Amino acid sequence: MQSGYTPQKGDFTFLHRQDLSTDTNFASQSYWKGVFVHFFHNRRAVTGLVIVLLILFFSLFGPVMNSFGYRDIVQYRNENNKRVVAKGIAPQIPALHRLFTGEELEGNFSEYTFLFGTDDLGRDLWTRTWYGARVSLLIAFVTIIIDMMIGMSYGLISGYFGGMVDNVMQRFVEIANSIPRLVIVSVLAIFMPKGMGLVIVALLLTEWIGMSKIARAEMLKIKEQEYVLASRTLGAGNGHIIFKEILPNTIGPIITQVMFSIPTAIFTEAFLSFVGVGIVLPQCSVGTLIEDGFNNITTLPYQILPPILVLALLMLGFNFIGDGLREALAPKLEDM
Amino acid sequence: MSENKTILDIRNLDISFKTHAGVVHAIRGVNLDLCKGETVAIVGESGSGKSVTMKAAMGLLDSNASVNSGEILYTYTNDQGVEKTVDLLKMSKKELRQHINGKRIAMVFQDPMTSLDPTMTIGKQIMESMFLHRKLSKDAAKARALELLQLVGITDAEKRFRHYPHQLSGGMRQRVVIAIALSADPDILICDEPTTALDVTIQAKILELIMDIQRKMKLSVIYITHDLGVVAKVADYVNVMYAGKIVEVGNVNEIFFEPKHPYTWGLLSAMPDMDTDDDRLYSIPGSPPNLLHEPKGDAFAARNQFAMTIDEKEEPPMFQVSRTHSAATWLLHPDAPKVEMPKELEARLARARKEVEKYL
Amino acid sequence: MAKYVCKRIGMAILTLLIITFLLFFLVRIMPGNPFPSERMSAEQIANKRAEMGLDDPILVQFVRYMSGVLRGDFGKGTSLYNGAPIKTVLSSAISNSFRIGGIAILLGTAVGLILGITAALHRGRFLDSFCTVFSILGVCVPSYVFLIFLQYNFSFRIPFFPYFFDPSRFLFSSVIPSLSLSLFTMSTIARFTRNEMVEVFDSDYVRLAESKGMYGRNLVMKHVLRNALIPIVTVLAPLVVDLLTGALVVEKIYGINGIGKLMVDAIAGEGIDYNYVLALGILYSALYIGIMLIVDLLYGVLDPRIRVSAKEGDA
Repeated sequence: MQSGYTPQKGDFTFLHRQDLSTDTNFASQSYWKGVFVHFFHNRRAVTGLVIVLLILFFSLFGPVMNSFGYRDIVQYRNENNKRVVAKGIAPQIPALHRLFTGEELEGNFSEYTFLFGTDDLGRDLWTRTWYGARVSLLIAFVTIIIDMMIGMSYGLISGYFGGMVDNVMQRFVEIANSIPRLVIVSVLAIFMPKGMGLVIVALLLTEWIGMSKIARAEMLKIKEQEYVLASRTLGAGNGHIIFKEILPNTIGPIITQVMFSIPTAIFTEAFLSFVGVGIVLPQCSVGTLIEDGFNNITTLPYQILPPILVLALLMLGFNFIGDGLREALAPKLEDM
Repeated sequence: MSENKTILDIRNLDISFKTHAGVVHAIRGVNLDLCKGETVAIVGESGSGKSVTMKAAMGLLDSNASVNSGEILYTYTNDQGVEKTVDLLKMSKKELRQHINGKRIAMVFQDPMTSLDPTMTIGKQIMESMFLHRKLSKDAAKARALELLQLVGITDAEKRFRHYPHQLSGGMRQRVVIAIALSADPDILICDEPTTALDVTIQAKILELIMDIQRKMKLSVIYITHDLGVVAKVADYVNVMYAGKIVEVGNVNEIFFEPKHPYTWGLLSAMPDMDTDDDRLYSIPGSPPNLLHEPKGDAFAARNQFAMTIDEKEEPPMFQVSRTHSAATWLLHPDAPKVEMPKELEARLARARKEVEKYL
Repeated sequence: MAKYVCKRIGMAILTLLIITFLLFFLVRIMPGNPFPSERMSAEQIANKRAEMGLDDPILVQFVRYMSGVLRGDFGKGTSLYNGAPIKTVLSSAISNSFRIGGIAILLGTAVGLILGITAALHRGRFLDSFCTVFSILGVCVPSYVFLIFLQYNFSFRIPFFPYFFDPSRFLFSSVIPSLSLSLFTMSTIARFTRNEMVEVFDSDYVRLAESKGMYGRNLVMKHVLRNALIPIVTVLAPLVVDLLTGALVVEKIYGINGIGKLMVDAIAGEGIDYNYVLALGILYSALYIGIMLIVDLLYGVLDPRIRVSAKEGDA
């Protein structure tokens, strides 16, 4: 095999490079930067993130985008001083209607914009939907963060000390894990008034178990590695090793678990509120909104759609983010 | 290359992979010969493309791989006793599986802990090939499987036959994998790092086992390895691979005692050695190029202390050194300055040669 | 193996016992319970309490209660069904729930497996994407939303199926609830099966099987399916639990007299019926623990790595 190149003068002089030992091919790319890049190259993960951020945005600012309060009944007094209530108005945007048909909307509230319509009592569904989403998200975030702290501490301690401590702690987890969530809720319903508190406590009591299992598994994996041994030989205390050396390394899988737990929490909240032991009127959440929609489905069928869509999109978004994170944290060779 | 007939002839093989990051040009024109009854080793760092080359011959490439050019010619005597030559790359997966894989070319994989089906007994896994290719009866297959288990040095074959993989140790499992590879009497055995995952004490035994079986069954063997110790022990011919190319090829004496390519010098210097005066363990500076961005000129130039201006302009062709020995480095060009291998390495190789001559 | 089975069964019974006691204790320490006290004088209540043995130590009460439970006697409801024996109410509820849930699980598993296997075999192509989208949909939307959708469209707008459950036409009227309950199972199993199979397809042992010359149906049947399907047994337990939870709302909406609706009535009504909460709590826990036990044992039977211990064949 002969190449067509004819060497020229000066080709055969040494370069005498000094920088041979610097490795530029895989120039130090930090672990987290790699995860970051991988995550943002994943189309689904980015879609999930955008969906969640959009819903987050609307749940924060949606309710203040118009002048209606989430529990206010939209009404006015007519010339005879009679109350006119905006009951059961289907979604309407007068400006767009005018634009496309050239005609004015009919009815008593033809000037009003109701993006999602109003419910049977005359409340604006746009405001209520986003307000409900805010409540649901808030419950989910608060409980999952607390659960994360409980679960991680439990799992890390159990895994780190091992032996008898681990044994006792794991037996407890086993029993706790054998009580169906439904039973926990029903017992709680005896002790607590229905409402947000019950939902939060129910979630607190159940969701930490999954976190603790992950934290423990990670701990068992990392515990025996050299750098931890090194740190121990240097006389580091248990607390230092658990929280300074090991905790940072368990962050990845835990965050992934959080992304999967948040939709579970939202689901549970919606379920409990629908059943009637969750959020109580006049407060609202995604669950109560779906219930309201269901109660009026034969007369106002549009009412149930927004909360269902918000719920489904939240589930979708968080699941996508979770999947994306899991792949980014442990990439398969072929995806690299 | 040798008097024996060539049975596997890889010509100008070129393969690339599509990945998220872009197209990786993993194999950039590989040529390789395997003659009947001989052992050829492919040596190189991880990622140099040695496994990919052999996977292409087995039709085991991942779905994101594409073969851009080249051929893999395999010559065999078919069931009717007629000699035939086929291009393995032109065959469909189905044809390969039916006529080649297992039956004529078999493979031993790197990690015995994961390469056996955990839900199937060892006996069944060995007999599978026999049913597929040799159409043996159940009893005949069992008898043959027991024979193979004994051949690969497993005692208590009758008992092991009914065992599941998790009941065996790593070394045992690798013996089973070898037995599986041999079960349909192939012509060629490809061993992809067969001892890397094993304990040092077991490594030597497995290598001896393969050599022993090779003699008994007149197999041609291809070793894929990064371990020059393994190469020295088993190979007749050595192909040194770097960044998807064969950079030096020769018989085992030529490669070990008169290496010409600076990369081969590096590999040899990096071998641990008891007698070396230098305390430091040598390693080749830098890391192999990322084939996502194909290097211009000689791929090794960036790590080569003897790099010349031309190395950055043009890829070196293969320069013939002897009938069996050639290397791809501009240092062999008649106009190039005379460069000898590092003194340290030369001394080392001379010592090694003396050792060898003692036993001859 | 036998030792493992015994140990596992023993653990399950012990766990159930502990949970039952916990439930019993929590429900009994509630003040004012377990009968409506407004119309009774303090003396009457005291008499009644003594008569019912409520002043005995809690352990004695527990043993008495449990011996009743073992005979199927859960006492009477405090407010639901005018104090009819829980046993009667429960047995018909269980039969309704189990039949509808059973159909849902079977349907979900069967269709889920087919979808998952199809997706894995067509990896990266149209059918794969289709199955993925379908399974994502099923996981993101609760079963009661599907129920509402089906009920609104196929019972209300097109009045084909009954709007409420009709026990006299059992199969016909269980179509809507079973279908909506099965969707979650279906999509979870489809997703899991697909991922497991893809993982097995990428495994070293499938590579070895291919290098032996196995391909196509033979390869899938002998090496891929068995390895991929064993772990699927493990998702069945959480799925059954999700199904039970989902059944709560589905039964309530569709008017099915099952244990789910009973549970909702017991906790979400005006007053809470403690005895029902206790009885249903025990029932649900027993179901859950029982399913986990079965799954564990089944897994052991299916997977030789557990069935045959490594010690038998030292290496």
